[in-house]
Amino acid sequence: MDKPVQGRQDCCTNENLSKACSLQQEIVIQPSMPAPVRDEICCGSPPGPESNFFERPGYVLQQFVKDFVDTPVGPAPRIKTELDRKDLLGKLAVRWGIRRDNYKVAPGLYCVGTPDQNAPVLVTANYKLTFDVLRRELGSINAWILVLDTRGINVWCAAGKNLFSTTEVIKRVQLTGLEKVVRHRQLILPQLAATGVSAHQVKKGSGFKVTWGPIRANSINYFLRNNLNADDSMRRVTFAFRERLGLVPVELSHLVKPSLWVLLAIFLVSGIGSNIFSLAIAWPRGLMATTAYAAGILAGALAAPAFLPWIPGRSFALKGAITGIICGIGVILIFHAALQFWEMVALASCTTAISSYLAMNFTGSTPFTSPSGVEKEMRKAIPMQTLAVLMAAVAWIGSAFAK
Amino acid sequence: MEKFRYLPGVSTLKLDTQACVGCGMCDIVCPHGVFLLENNKAKICDLDGCMECGACAKNCPTNAITVTPGVGCANYIIQTWIKGKDAAVECC
Repeated sequence: MDKPVQGRQDCCTNENLSKACSLQQEIVIQPSMPAPVRDEICCGSPPGPESNFFERPGYVLQQFVKDFVDTPVGPAPRIKTELDRKDLLGKLAVRWGIRRDNYKVAPGLYCVGTPDQNAPVLVTANYKLTFDVLRRELGSINAWILVLDTRGINVWCAAGKNLFSTTEVIKRVQLTGLEKVVRHRQLILPQLAATGVSAHQVKKGSGFKVTWGPIRANSINYFLRNNLNADDSMRRVTFAFRERLGLVPVELSHLVKPSLWVLLAIFLVSGIGSNIFSLAIAWPRGLMATTAYAAGILAGALAAPAFLPWIPGRSFALKGAITGIICGIGVILIFHAALQFWEMVALASCTTAISSYLAMNFTGSTPFTSPSGVEKEMRKAIPMQTLAVLMAAVAWIGSAFAK
Repeated sequence: MEKFRYLPGVSTLKLDTQACVGCGMCDIVCPHGVFLLENNKAKICDLDGCMECGACAKNCPTNAITVTPGVGCANYIIQTWIKGKDAAVECC
């Protein structure tokens, strides 16, 4: 034992070598250490399981991969069709806008079940939420899954941005060498990809015929069993209560940053009075105006989407104004004892304008509003929303001077 | 989507019946059932149901359909007003 100790003293005189020193120490000590076969190790928690057989240096083995299937173009990951805790937590996070921009799987060829050369090829986007929704439906199916590089964006939005595109389909078919994997020449694409993919041009460019699958992944089982025919109802988008509510968290998460500026402005405006600026009035009045702002968010980003089909009117700005007025009256009722008439007007117009604007913004999240229609309603609504905000500010500041 | 109707009379969708070969692709890809196939020709049966997604035009083999496709998103449209169409960044 003398020599290594000597070596240790030598090397540790130089700080840069201290790493090498500890390494040397380990090499010497290791043989005398008991092998860590049991979980009772002195430090830290028990070690995790051994490395998975399929792990490769430089790659991350995804938890949704079951194993690998040999194909003429190399091993293709066979994916699990059940979602686990990690998938569900990931879904929850992106629904709130957390890491939503980078929630994706690697593009390429995957499979489920035990597909052969005649198995169907399902094409999808590489947004992990999309990928998860699809594989969850494939429990009893043998198929190849061609995942495109849509930059982690869902099928319809990627198609609209020309990422789920004719060229991407052709490119991915060629890159994966799909023609060596399957004997047939047919791709099944989700119908909503048609905004970005031209079926006849894919055929020309890759030799593969595009068959339009149903809109929703939960119809894919029926579609495959029904000789690749979808019912009319599977070809129409829906926008049910649950689907609308699912969009609310992301809408809210977009509001966090701008709201900080709005709150600062509210506080400053609320403090203006005959003393130029007074903290003593900024606080109680700011709190009331903040409530009016929060009510506007509630009315425009939650109530309007939730009750969308039942609120009168076609224009979203109008629908938002209606929920906004209702919530604005609620705000007045809460604070009525402390408010003068013009302060009530100010708070109600603030809530209405915010709600109308946010509801108008929700058009971008719906599956039925045309851009021509959105532009038309915006030309009318934005001047009125601006006017309402100005009126709110003038009435709010004016009534502080009247006190 | 009968339950959801947006502003009427705004869609830019147009169909040239002369050029239509009756393949029915527009009817298959439309998410709102805007088209109908009648006597081997496509027909627009619900123009106000159109959301201008552009799927039909993209998949018409004879270019018989035209529509100005786009994103019906207020934030995006505001940007096109301020910065112009090329500089605007799609928000959603």
